[in-house]
Amino acid sequence: MSGRVWKFGDNINTDVLAPGIYIKLPANELATHCLESVDPEFAGNVKKGDYVVGGRNFGTGSSREQAAQVLKLLGVAAVIAPSFGGIFYRNAFNLGLPAIVSAETGEIEDGHRLSIDLAAGKITNKTTGEQLSAEAVPGNLMALIEAGGLVTYLEKKINENR
Amino acid sequence: MALTLAEKIISKACGRDRVTPGEIVTCAVDLAMIHDSGGPRRVKPAMDRLGVGVWDASKVVLVSDHFAPCTDAESANILKLTREWAAEQGVLNFYDQQGICHVVTPERGHLRPGMFAVGGDSHSPTGGAFGCYMFGVGATDMLGILVTGETWIKVPETIRIEWSGRLKTGVSAKDMALKMCAALGMDGGDYQAVQYGGDAVGALDMFERMTLCNMAAELGAQTGLIEPDETTATYVEKAGAEPGNWRQFRSDPDAAYRAVHEFSGSDLTPQVAVPHSPATAADVDMVEKAEIDQFYIGACTGAKLNDLEMAAAVLRGKKIAKGKRLTVAPASTQILNAATKSGVIGTLLDAGAGLLPPGCGACAGYGVGVLAEDEVCLATTARNFQGRMGAGSSKVYLASPYTVAASAVTGRIQDPREVLNI
Repeated sequence: MSGRVWKFGDNINTDVLAPGIYIKLPANELATHCLESVDPEFAGNVKKGDYVVGGRNFGTGSSREQAAQVLKLLGVAAVIAPSFGGIFYRNAFNLGLPAIVSAETGEIEDGHRLSIDLAAGKITNKTTGEQLSAEAVPGNLMALIEAGGLVTYLEKKINENR
Repeated sequence: MALTLAEKIISKACGRDRVTPGEIVTCAVDLAMIHDSGGPRRVKPAMDRLGVGVWDASKVVLVSDHFAPCTDAESANILKLTREWAAEQGVLNFYDQQGICHVVTPERGHLRPGMFAVGGDSHSPTGGAFGCYMFGVGATDMLGILVTGETWIKVPETIRIEWSGRLKTGVSAKDMALKMCAALGMDGGDYQAVQYGGDAVGALDMFERMTLCNMAAELGAQTGLIEPDETTATYVEKAGAEPGNWRQFRSDPDAAYRAVHEFSGSDLTPQVAVPHSPATAADVDMVEKAEIDQFYIGACTGAKLNDLEMAAAVLRGKKIAKGKRLTVAPASTQILNAATKSGVIGTLLDAGAGLLPPGCGACAGYGVGVLAEDEVCLATTARNFQGRMGAGSSKVYLASPYTVAASAVTGRIQDPREVLNI
Protein backbone atom coordinates (compact mmCIF):
# COMPACT_ATOMS: atom_id res chain seq x y z
CA MET A 1 0.00 0.00 0.00
CA SER A 2 1.38 3.38 -0.93
CA GLY A 3 0.08 6.92 -0.65
CA ARG A 4 0.68 10.22 -2.40
CA VAL A 5 2.88 12.87 -0.78
CA TRP A 6 1.59 16.35 -0.03
CA LYS A 7 4.69 18.39 0.70
CA PHE A 8 4.80 21.55 2.79
CA GLY A 9 7.49 23.91 4.08
CA ASP A 10 8.89 24.77 7.51
CA ASN A 11 6.82 25.88 10.52
CA ILE A 12 3.42 24.70 9.22
CA ASN A 13 1.40 25.91 12.21
CA THR A 14 -1.83 25.01 13.94
CA ASP A 15 -3.57 28.21 12.77
CA VAL A 16 -3.25 27.14 9.12
CA LEU A 17 -4.05 23.48 9.92
CA ALA A 18 -7.19 24.35 11.91
CA PRO A 19 -8.06 28.05 11.46
CA GLY A 20 -9.52 29.75 14.54
CA ILE A 21 -12.43 31.35 12.69
CA TYR A 22 -13.77 27.86 11.84
CA ILE A 23 -12.96 26.22 15.17
CA LYS A 24 -16.58 26.15 16.38
CA LEU A 25 -17.61 24.07 13.36
CA PRO A 26 -17.90 20.29 13.67
CA ALA A 27 -14.51 18.69 13.01
CA ASN A 28 -15.47 17.25 9.60
CA GLU A 29 -16.42 20.76 8.39
CA LEU A 30 -13.32 22.32 9.96
CA ALA A 31 -11.33 19.71 8.01
CA THR A 32 -12.46 21.23 4.68
CA HIS A 33 -10.49 24.40 5.66
CA CYS A 34 -7.32 22.51 6.64
CA LEU A 35 -4.24 24.28 5.17
CA GLU A 36 -6.43 26.33 2.80
CA SER A 37 -4.39 29.52 3.27
CA VAL A 38 -1.23 27.60 2.24
CA ASP A 39 -2.60 25.19 -0.38
CA PRO A 40 -6.29 25.60 -1.31
CA GLU A 41 -6.17 22.29 -3.28
CA PHE A 42 -5.14 20.12 -0.34
CA ALA A 43 -8.31 19.51 1.69
CA GLY A 44 -10.48 18.75 -1.35
CA ASN A 45 -8.03 16.40 -3.04
CA VAL A 46 -6.13 14.52 -0.32
CA LYS A 47 -7.10 10.82 -0.30
CA LYS A 48 -7.20 8.17 2.38
CA GLY A 49 -3.72 6.75 2.86
CA ASP A 50 -1.88 9.84 1.60
CA TYR A 51 1.08 11.31 3.49
CA VAL A 52 1.80 14.84 4.61
CA VAL A 53 5.50 15.65 4.52
CA GLY A 54 6.46 18.85 6.29
CA GLY A 55 9.56 20.88 6.99
CA ARG A 56 11.03 21.75 10.36
CA ASN A 57 8.76 22.34 13.37
CA PHE A 58 5.59 20.93 11.78
CA GLY A 59 2.50 21.70 13.89
CA THR A 60 4.05 24.55 15.85
CA GLY A 61 1.72 26.84 17.75
CA SER A 62 -1.50 26.19 19.58
CA SER A 63 -2.45 23.15 21.67
CA ARG A 64 -5.62 22.79 19.59
CA GLU A 65 -5.85 19.10 18.89
CA GLN A 66 -8.02 19.76 15.86
CA ALA A 67 -4.79 20.47 13.95
CA ALA A 68 -3.98 16.74 14.10
CA GLN A 69 -7.62 15.63 14.11
CA VAL A 70 -8.44 17.23 10.75
CA LEU A 71 -5.47 15.50 9.09
CA LYS A 72 -6.69 12.19 10.50
CA LEU A 73 -10.26 12.91 9.34
CA LEU A 74 -9.01 13.72 5.83
CA GLY A 75 -7.46 10.24 5.73
CA VAL A 76 -3.79 11.19 6.14
CA ALA A 77 -1.90 8.00 7.10
CA ALA A 78 1.07 9.72 8.74
CA VAL A 79 2.88 13.03 8.95
CA ILE A 80 6.63 12.97 8.28
CA ALA A 81 8.91 15.87 9.17
CA PRO A 82 12.46 16.56 10.37
CA SER A 83 10.97 17.96 13.61
CA PHE A 84 7.57 18.66 15.13
CA GLY A 85 5.99 21.20 17.47
CA GLY A 86 6.01 19.30 20.79
CA ILE A 87 2.30 19.60 21.54
CA PHE A 88 1.26 18.63 18.01
CA TYR A 89 3.53 15.57 18.23
CA ARG A 90 1.79 14.35 21.42
CA ASN A 91 -1.66 15.20 20.02
CA ALA A 92 -1.06 13.21 16.84
CA PHE A 93 -0.23 9.99 18.69
CA ASN A 94 -3.09 10.53 21.15
CA LEU A 95 -5.41 10.50 18.12
CA GLY A 96 -3.72 7.52 16.48
CA LEU A 97 -1.96 9.58 13.78
CA PRO A 98 1.73 8.64 13.49
CA ALA A 99 4.13 11.59 13.49
CA ILE A 100 7.40 10.33 12.02
CA VAL A 101 10.69 12.16 12.56
CA SER A 102 12.99 11.82 9.55
CA ALA A 103 15.99 13.92 8.63
CA GLU A 104 15.75 12.67 5.04
CA THR A 105 12.55 14.42 3.92
CA GLY A 106 14.68 16.37 1.42
CA GLU A 107 14.58 13.18 -0.70
CA ILE A 108 10.79 13.38 -0.94
CA GLU A 109 8.94 15.64 -3.38
CA ASP A 110 5.31 16.65 -3.69
CA GLY A 111 3.42 13.98 -5.64
CA HIS A 112 5.88 11.15 -4.85
CA ARG A 113 4.41 7.91 -3.50
CA LEU A 114 5.60 6.42 -0.21
CA SER A 115 5.07 3.41 1.96
CA ILE A 116 6.07 3.27 5.62
CA ASP A 117 7.07 0.47 7.97
CA LEU A 118 6.37 2.10 11.33
CA ALA A 119 7.81 -0.61 13.54
CA ALA A 120 11.05 -0.76 11.56
CA GLY A 121 11.29 3.03 11.16
CA LYS A 122 11.63 2.72 7.39
CA ILE A 123 10.20 4.91 4.65
CA THR A 124 10.25 3.66 1.05
CA ASN A 125 9.97 6.26 -1.68
CA LYS A 126 8.11 4.22 -4.30
CA THR A 127 8.67 6.89 -6.95
CA THR A 128 12.48 7.00 -6.67
CA GLY A 129 12.98 3.56 -5.14
CA GLU A 130 15.00 5.07 -2.28
CA GLN A 131 14.92 3.77 1.28
CA LEU A 132 14.84 6.58 3.83
CA SER A 133 15.49 6.23 7.53
CA ALA A 134 13.33 7.59 10.31
CA GLU A 135 13.60 7.74 14.09
CA ALA A 136 12.02 4.80 15.88
CA VAL A 137 8.72 5.65 17.56
CA PRO A 138 9.08 5.36 21.40
CA GLY A 139 7.35 2.30 22.90
CA ASN A 140 4.74 4.26 24.88
CA LEU A 141 3.64 6.04 21.69
CA MET A 142 3.72 2.88 19.56
CA ALA A 143 1.24 1.44 22.08
CA LEU A 144 -1.10 4.36 21.36
CA ILE A 145 -0.91 3.76 17.60
CA GLU A 146 -1.59 0.06 18.08
CA ALA A 147 -4.60 0.86 20.29
CA GLY A 148 -5.92 3.41 17.78
CA GLY A 149 -5.37 6.38 20.11
CA LEU A 150 -5.29 7.29 23.80
CA VAL A 151 -9.04 6.99 24.42
CA THR A 152 -9.20 3.37 23.22
CA TYR A 153 -5.96 2.69 25.08
CA LEU A 154 -7.45 4.03 28.33
CA GLU A 155 -10.72 2.21 27.70
CA LYS A 156 -8.87 -1.10 27.52
CA LYS A 157 -6.86 -0.31 30.65
CA ILE A 158 -9.93 0.75 32.63
CA ASN A 159 -11.92 -2.33 31.55
CA GLU A 160 -9.02 -4.61 32.57
CA ASN A 161 -9.11 -3.11 36.07
CA ARG A 162 -12.87 -3.35 36.44
CA MET B 1 24.52 14.91 41.00
CA ALA B 2 23.62 18.51 40.22
CA LEU B 3 20.16 19.15 38.82
CA THR B 4 18.50 21.99 36.95
CA LEU B 5 15.28 23.53 38.27
CA ALA B 6 13.30 21.60 35.64
CA GLU B 7 14.97 18.31 36.63
CA LYS B 8 14.25 18.97 40.32
CA ILE B 9 10.54 19.52 39.78
CA ILE B 10 10.21 16.54 37.44
CA SER B 11 12.12 14.30 39.89
CA LYS B 12 9.71 15.28 42.65
CA ALA B 13 6.69 14.71 40.40
CA CYS B 14 7.79 11.21 39.38
CA GLY B 15 8.85 10.26 42.91
CA ARG B 16 12.56 9.89 42.21
CA ASP B 17 15.76 11.45 43.57
CA ARG B 18 16.89 12.45 40.12
CA VAL B 19 16.01 12.19 36.46
CA THR B 20 18.22 12.33 33.38
CA PRO B 21 17.39 14.24 30.18
CA GLY B 22 16.05 11.95 27.47
CA GLU B 23 14.36 9.38 29.69
CA ILE B 24 10.59 9.02 29.60
CA VAL B 25 8.97 9.19 33.06
CA THR B 26 5.42 9.24 34.40
CA CYS B 27 4.63 12.19 36.66
CA ALA B 28 1.84 12.93 39.13
CA VAL B 29 0.09 16.15 38.12
CA ASP B 30 -0.31 18.80 40.87
CA LEU B 31 -2.67 20.97 38.84
CA ALA B 32 -4.64 20.58 35.61
CA MET B 33 -5.81 23.87 34.11
CA ILE B 34 -8.41 23.76 31.35
CA HIS B 35 -10.49 26.25 29.39
CA ASP B 36 -13.79 26.31 27.54
CA SER B 37 -12.29 25.57 24.12
CA GLY B 38 -10.06 22.57 24.76
CA GLY B 39 -11.73 21.54 28.03
CA PRO B 40 -15.22 20.20 28.80
CA ARG B 41 -16.58 20.28 25.25
CA ARG B 42 -13.66 18.18 24.02
CA VAL B 43 -13.11 15.83 26.99
CA LYS B 44 -16.73 15.15 27.99
CA PRO B 45 -17.62 12.73 25.17
CA ALA B 46 -14.59 10.53 25.92
CA MET B 47 -15.14 10.73 29.69
CA ASP B 48 -18.73 9.63 29.20
CA ARG B 49 -17.54 6.77 27.00
CA LEU B 50 -14.96 5.69 29.60
CA GLY B 51 -17.52 6.08 32.39
CA VAL B 52 -15.06 7.82 34.72
CA GLY B 53 -14.85 11.27 36.30
CA VAL B 54 -11.94 13.59 37.17
CA TRP B 55 -9.31 12.07 39.45
CA ASP B 56 -9.29 14.95 41.94
CA ALA B 57 -11.60 17.93 41.38
CA SER B 58 -9.60 20.05 43.86
CA LYS B 59 -6.60 19.87 41.49
CA VAL B 60 -8.56 21.06 38.46
CA VAL B 61 -8.92 24.75 37.53
CA LEU B 62 -11.46 25.56 34.82
CA VAL B 63 -11.60 28.99 33.19
CA SER B 64 -13.98 30.10 30.45
CA ASP B 65 -12.01 32.54 28.33
CA HIS B 66 -11.85 31.60 24.63
CA PHE B 67 -15.56 31.90 23.84
CA ALA B 68 -16.34 34.21 26.78
CA PRO B 69 -18.45 36.18 26.64
CA CYS B 70 -20.26 34.30 23.91
CA THR B 71 -20.89 35.94 20.56
CA ASP B 72 -23.51 33.62 19.04
CA ALA B 73 -25.65 30.57 19.83
CA GLU B 74 -22.77 28.14 19.17
CA SER B 75 -20.42 29.80 21.62
CA ALA B 76 -23.29 30.20 24.11
CA ASN B 77 -23.84 26.46 23.93
CA ILE B 78 -20.13 25.81 24.49
CA LEU B 79 -20.23 27.95 27.65
CA LYS B 80 -23.42 26.24 28.84
CA LEU B 81 -21.77 22.84 28.42
CA THR B 82 -18.71 24.16 30.30
CA ARG B 83 -20.84 25.23 33.29
CA GLU B 84 -22.80 21.98 33.34
CA TRP B 85 -19.59 19.93 33.24
CA ALA B 86 -18.10 21.90 36.15
CA ALA B 87 -21.22 21.16 38.25
CA GLU B 88 -21.32 17.52 37.19
CA GLN B 89 -17.63 16.93 38.03
CA GLY B 90 -17.68 19.03 41.22
CA VAL B 91 -15.00 21.39 39.90
CA LEU B 92 -15.26 24.31 42.33
CA ASN B 93 -12.22 26.17 40.96
CA PHE B 94 -14.31 27.43 38.05
CA TYR B 95 -13.81 31.02 36.90
CA ASP B 96 -16.55 31.89 34.46
CA GLN B 97 -15.81 34.93 32.27
CA GLN B 98 -13.26 36.25 34.76
CA GLY B 99 -10.40 36.53 32.29
CA ILE B 100 -7.74 34.41 30.59
CA CYS B 101 -6.70 31.12 32.24
CA HIS B 102 -2.96 31.90 32.26
CA VAL B 103 -3.61 35.07 34.25
CA VAL B 104 -6.63 34.01 36.36
CA THR B 105 -4.97 30.79 37.62
CA PRO B 106 -2.03 32.51 39.35
CA GLU B 107 -3.99 35.60 40.45
CA ARG B 108 -6.47 33.34 42.27
CA GLY B 109 -3.64 31.59 44.11
CA HIS B 110 -3.49 28.24 42.28
CA LEU B 111 0.23 28.32 41.39
CA ARG B 112 3.06 27.79 43.85
CA PRO B 113 6.79 27.28 43.22
CA GLY B 114 7.78 23.67 42.53
CA MET B 115 4.45 22.49 41.15
CA PHE B 116 4.23 20.11 38.19
CA ALA B 117 1.28 21.59 36.33
CA VAL B 118 -0.34 20.97 32.97
CA GLY B 119 -2.59 23.31 31.01
CA GLY B 120 -4.88 22.63 28.08
CA ASP B 121 -3.40 25.52 26.15
CA SER B 122 -0.08 26.18 24.44
CA HIS B 123 0.67 29.30 26.47
CA SER B 124 0.73 27.28 29.70
CA PRO B 125 4.50 27.88 30.12
CA THR B 126 3.30 31.22 31.59
CA GLY B 127 3.15 29.30 34.89
CA GLY B 128 6.94 28.92 34.72
CA ALA B 129 7.15 32.52 35.94
CA PHE B 130 6.11 31.15 39.34
CA GLY B 131 8.79 28.44 39.36
CA CYS B 132 6.31 25.76 38.26
CA TYR B 133 7.07 23.18 35.58
CA MET B 134 3.98 24.00 33.53
CA PHE B 135 3.37 23.02 29.93
CA GLY B 136 0.55 22.84 27.40
CA VAL B 137 -1.18 19.75 26.06
CA GLY B 138 -4.06 19.03 23.68
CA ALA B 139 -7.53 17.83 24.63
CA THR B 140 -7.02 14.07 24.54
CA ASP B 141 -3.76 14.37 26.48
CA MET B 142 -5.72 16.41 29.02
CA LEU B 143 -8.46 13.81 29.11
CA GLY B 144 -5.85 11.21 30.09
CA ILE B 145 -4.61 13.52 32.86
CA LEU B 146 -8.11 14.31 34.13
CA VAL B 147 -8.99 10.64 34.55
CA THR B 148 -5.62 9.31 35.78
CA GLY B 149 -3.95 12.30 37.49
CA GLU B 150 -0.68 11.58 35.70
CA THR B 151 1.12 12.05 32.42
CA TRP B 152 4.32 11.07 30.66
CA ILE B 153 7.16 13.39 29.91
CA LYS B 154 10.47 13.01 28.12
CA VAL B 155 12.83 14.72 30.57
CA PRO B 156 14.08 17.80 28.74
CA GLU B 157 17.52 19.32 28.72
CA THR B 158 17.59 22.87 30.03
CA ILE B 159 18.56 25.80 27.83
CA ARG B 160 19.65 28.75 29.93
CA ILE B 161 19.00 32.28 28.70
CA GLU B 162 20.78 35.05 30.59
CA TRP B 163 19.71 38.69 30.33
CA SER B 164 22.27 41.14 31.74
CA GLY B 165 21.77 44.80 32.66
CA ARG B 166 18.47 46.67 32.94
CA LEU B 167 15.76 47.45 30.41
CA LYS B 168 15.54 51.07 29.32
CA THR B 169 12.30 53.09 29.50
CA GLY B 170 9.97 52.20 26.63
CA VAL B 171 11.35 48.64 26.45
CA SER B 172 9.60 45.66 28.05
CA ALA B 173 9.55 41.88 28.52
CA LYS B 174 7.61 41.60 25.25
CA ASP B 175 10.60 43.07 23.44
CA MET B 176 12.85 40.53 25.20
CA ALA B 177 10.56 37.70 24.06
CA LEU B 178 10.47 38.91 20.45
CA LYS B 179 14.26 39.39 20.44
CA MET B 180 14.71 35.76 21.55
CA CYS B 181 12.28 34.51 18.89
CA ALA B 182 14.34 36.30 16.24
CA ALA B 183 17.68 35.12 17.61
CA LEU B 184 16.78 31.50 18.36
CA GLY B 185 13.89 30.83 15.97
CA MET B 186 10.50 29.26 16.62
CA ASP B 187 12.12 25.89 17.18
CA GLY B 188 15.12 27.21 19.11
CA GLY B 189 13.60 25.75 22.27
CA ASP B 190 13.41 22.30 20.61
CA TYR B 191 10.70 21.24 23.10
CA GLN B 192 13.28 21.41 25.92
CA ALA B 193 13.01 23.53 29.08
CA VAL B 194 14.16 27.13 28.87
CA GLN B 195 15.32 28.81 32.07
CA TYR B 196 15.54 32.61 32.08
CA GLY B 197 17.88 34.43 34.46
CA GLY B 198 20.20 37.38 34.93
CA ASP B 199 19.83 40.87 36.38
CA ALA B 200 17.35 42.09 33.76
CA VAL B 201 15.02 39.16 34.52
CA GLY B 202 15.40 39.50 38.30
CA ALA B 203 14.34 43.15 38.02
CA LEU B 204 11.05 42.28 36.27
CA ASP B 205 7.77 42.19 38.19
CA MET B 206 5.59 39.06 38.04
CA PHE B 207 3.45 40.28 35.12
CA GLU B 208 6.56 40.93 33.01
CA ARG B 209 8.02 37.55 33.98
CA MET B 210 4.75 35.95 32.88
CA THR B 211 5.12 37.60 29.45
CA LEU B 212 8.62 36.17 29.13
CA CYS B 213 7.55 32.63 30.10
CA ASN B 214 4.33 32.85 28.06
CA MET B 215 6.35 33.25 24.87
CA ALA B 216 8.54 30.23 25.61
CA ALA B 217 5.77 28.68 23.50
CA GLU B 218 6.94 30.76 20.51
CA LEU B 219 10.48 29.47 21.09
CA GLY B 220 9.12 25.94 20.74
CA ALA B 221 10.15 25.07 24.31
CA GLN B 222 8.05 22.73 26.44
CA THR B 223 8.21 25.31 29.19
CA GLY B 224 10.01 28.47 30.27
CA LEU B 225 11.06 28.79 33.90
CA ILE B 226 12.29 31.49 36.24
CA GLU B 227 13.75 30.58 39.63
CA PRO B 228 11.40 31.84 42.35
CA ASP B 229 12.63 34.75 44.48
CA GLU B 230 11.17 37.29 46.93
CA THR B 231 9.18 38.88 44.10
CA THR B 232 7.56 35.50 43.37
CA ALA B 233 6.90 34.68 47.02
CA THR B 234 5.28 38.08 47.63
CA TYR B 235 2.95 37.69 44.64
CA VAL B 236 1.99 34.12 45.54
CA GLU B 237 1.23 35.11 49.12
CA LYS B 238 -0.84 38.11 48.01
CA ALA B 239 -2.81 35.80 45.73
CA GLY B 240 -3.77 33.75 48.77
CA ALA B 241 -1.42 30.77 48.38
CA GLU B 242 1.36 29.47 50.58
CA PRO B 243 4.69 29.88 48.72
CA GLY B 244 6.22 27.08 50.85
CA ASN B 245 9.92 26.33 50.84
CA TRP B 246 10.47 28.12 47.50
CA ARG B 247 14.23 28.58 48.02
CA GLN B 248 14.88 24.91 47.18
CA PHE B 249 13.57 25.39 43.63
CA ARG B 250 16.74 26.62 41.95
CA SER B 251 19.17 25.03 39.55
CA ASP B 252 22.22 23.65 41.33
CA PRO B 253 25.34 25.75 40.67
CA ASP B 254 27.04 23.05 38.60
CA ALA B 255 23.94 21.76 36.79
CA ALA B 256 24.38 20.85 33.13
CA TYR B 257 22.75 22.87 30.36
CA ARG B 258 22.38 22.10 26.67
CA ALA B 259 23.29 25.70 25.91
CA VAL B 260 23.61 29.12 27.53
CA HIS B 261 22.52 32.14 25.47
CA GLU B 262 23.39 35.67 26.56
CA PHE B 263 21.49 38.86 25.79
CA SER B 264 21.92 42.45 26.93
CA GLY B 265 18.87 44.01 28.56
CA SER B 266 20.50 47.46 28.53
CA ASP B 267 21.09 47.39 24.77
CA LEU B 268 17.60 46.13 23.89
CA THR B 269 15.41 48.40 21.75
CA PRO B 270 11.67 48.06 20.96
CA GLN B 271 11.05 45.06 18.68
CA VAL B 272 8.43 44.49 15.99
CA ALA B 273 7.62 41.17 14.30
CA VAL B 274 6.14 41.36 10.80
CA PRO B 275 3.59 38.90 9.33
CA HIS B 276 3.47 35.88 9.69
CA SER B 277 5.93 34.81 12.39
CA PRO B 278 7.24 36.10 15.75
CA ALA B 279 10.70 35.01 14.59
CA THR B 280 10.77 37.89 12.06
CA ALA B 281 11.20 40.37 14.93
CA ALA B 282 13.62 43.26 14.39
CA ASP B 283 14.46 46.65 15.92
CA VAL B 284 11.51 49.00 15.40
CA ASP B 285 13.56 51.40 13.26
CA MET B 286 14.46 48.55 10.88
CA VAL B 287 10.81 47.74 10.17
CA GLU B 288 8.87 49.47 7.39
CA LYS B 289 6.40 51.96 8.91
CA ALA B 290 3.40 49.97 7.77
CA GLU B 291 -0.05 51.52 7.91
CA ILE B 292 -2.27 49.75 10.45
CA ASP B 293 -6.08 49.36 10.61
CA GLN B 294 -6.51 47.92 14.10
CA PHE B 295 -4.31 48.36 17.15
CA TYR B 296 -4.92 45.58 19.61
CA ILE B 297 -3.91 45.46 23.27
CA GLY B 298 -5.07 42.10 24.52
CA ALA B 299 -4.28 38.49 25.44
CA CYS B 300 -2.43 36.73 28.24
CA THR B 301 0.76 37.99 26.61
CA GLY B 302 -0.17 41.64 26.37
CA ALA B 303 -3.09 42.88 28.50
CA LYS B 304 -2.03 42.35 32.10
CA LEU B 305 -2.02 45.30 34.49
CA ASN B 306 1.53 46.33 33.59
CA ASP B 307 0.71 46.12 29.87
CA LEU B 308 -2.27 48.45 30.28
CA GLU B 309 -0.09 50.80 32.36
CA MET B 310 2.54 50.91 29.60
CA ALA B 311 -0.14 51.82 27.05
CA ALA B 312 -1.54 54.49 29.37
CA ALA B 313 1.93 55.97 29.93
CA VAL B 314 2.17 56.54 26.18
CA LEU B 315 -1.41 57.68 25.61
CA ARG B 316 -1.84 60.06 28.55
CA GLY B 317 -3.10 63.37 27.09
CA LYS B 318 -2.93 62.05 23.51
CA LYS B 319 -5.49 60.87 20.93
CA ILE B 320 -5.27 57.95 18.57
CA ALA B 321 -4.96 58.77 14.85
CA LYS B 322 -8.14 59.64 12.95
CA GLY B 323 -9.85 56.73 11.21
CA LYS B 324 -7.96 54.11 13.28
CA ARG B 325 -9.24 51.86 16.02
CA LEU B 326 -7.51 50.87 19.25
CA THR B 327 -9.10 47.89 20.93
CA VAL B 328 -8.25 46.93 24.51
CA ALA B 329 -9.24 43.57 26.03
CA PRO B 330 -7.92 43.37 29.63
CA ALA B 331 -6.59 39.92 30.58
CA SER B 332 -8.84 39.52 33.64
CA THR B 333 -11.64 41.14 35.62
CA GLN B 334 -9.24 41.74 38.55
CA ILE B 335 -6.93 43.60 36.20
CA LEU B 336 -9.81 45.56 34.68
CA ASN B 337 -10.95 46.48 38.18
CA ALA B 338 -7.47 47.60 39.31
CA ALA B 339 -6.87 49.52 36.07
CA THR B 340 -10.25 51.23 36.40
CA LYS B 341 -9.57 52.31 39.98
CA SER B 342 -6.08 53.59 39.14
CA GLY B 343 -7.35 55.66 36.22
CA VAL B 344 -5.49 53.64 33.58
CA ILE B 345 -8.70 52.61 31.80
CA GLY B 346 -9.90 56.23 31.83
CA THR B 347 -6.66 57.32 30.18
CA LEU B 348 -7.06 54.70 27.45
CA LEU B 349 -10.69 55.64 26.82
CA ASP B 350 -9.83 59.36 26.79
CA ALA B 351 -7.33 58.61 24.03
CA GLY B 352 -10.09 56.99 21.98
CA ALA B 353 -9.69 53.29 22.79
CA GLY B 354 -12.59 50.86 22.67
CA LEU B 355 -12.92 48.36 25.49
CA LEU B 356 -13.68 44.63 25.17
CA PRO B 357 -14.66 42.37 28.08
CA PRO B 358 -11.83 40.37 29.71
CA GLY B 359 -11.05 37.17 27.81
CA CYS B 360 -9.02 35.85 24.88
CA GLY B 361 -10.86 38.20 22.52
CA ALA B 362 -9.50 38.41 18.99
CA CYS B 363 -6.05 36.93 19.72
CA ALA B 364 -6.83 33.47 18.34
CA GLY B 365 -9.70 34.55 16.10
CA TYR B 366 -12.30 32.92 18.37
CA GLY B 367 -13.92 35.93 20.05
CA VAL B 368 -14.86 39.53 19.27
CA GLY B 369 -12.67 42.05 17.44
CA VAL B 370 -11.41 39.82 14.61
CA LEU B 371 -10.01 41.12 11.32
CA ALA B 372 -11.65 41.42 7.87
CA GLU B 373 -9.98 40.35 4.59
CA ASP B 374 -6.72 42.23 3.98
CA GLU B 375 -6.90 44.20 7.23
CA VAL B 376 -3.68 44.87 9.10
CA CYS B 377 -3.33 44.71 12.88
CA LEU B 378 -0.55 45.63 15.29
CA ALA B 379 -1.03 43.57 18.44
CA THR B 380 0.45 42.89 21.86
CA THR B 381 -0.41 39.19 21.41
CA ALA B 382 2.10 36.34 21.13
CA ARG B 383 1.45 34.91 17.71
CA ASN B 384 0.91 36.32 14.22
CA PHE B 385 0.46 33.25 12.05
CA GLN B 386 -1.45 33.70 8.81
CA GLY B 387 -5.17 34.19 9.42
CA ARG B 388 -4.86 33.75 13.19
CA MET B 389 -6.84 36.85 14.17
CA GLY B 390 -9.57 36.52 11.55
CA ALA B 391 -9.80 36.39 7.76
CA GLY B 392 -7.15 34.37 5.91
CA SER B 393 -5.70 37.40 4.11
CA SER B 394 -5.44 39.59 7.23
CA LYS B 395 -2.01 40.45 8.58
CA VAL B 396 -0.71 40.81 12.13
CA TYR B 397 2.40 42.62 13.39
CA LEU B 398 3.53 42.02 16.98
CA ALA B 399 5.01 44.50 19.45
CA SER B 400 4.97 45.66 23.06
CA PRO B 401 2.11 47.67 24.60
CA TYR B 402 4.37 50.76 24.45
CA THR B 403 4.87 50.31 20.72
CA VAL B 404 1.23 49.45 19.95
CA ALA B 405 -0.02 52.49 21.89
CA ALA B 406 2.53 54.85 20.30
CA SER B 407 1.70 53.52 16.85
CA ALA B 408 -2.01 54.10 17.48
CA VAL B 409 -1.19 57.79 17.92
CA THR B 410 0.57 58.11 14.57
CA GLY B 411 -1.45 55.47 12.70
CA ARG B 412 1.60 53.51 11.57
CA ILE B 413 4.36 51.51 13.20
CA GLN B 414 6.12 53.92 15.51
CA ASP B 415 9.09 53.86 17.91
CA PRO B 416 7.45 54.45 21.32
CA ARG B 417 10.52 56.29 22.62
CA GLU B 418 9.77 59.15 20.24
CA VAL B 419 6.19 59.50 21.55
CA LEU B 420 7.42 59.15 25.15
CA ASN B 421 10.03 61.88 24.39
CA ILE B 422 12.97 59.72 25.51
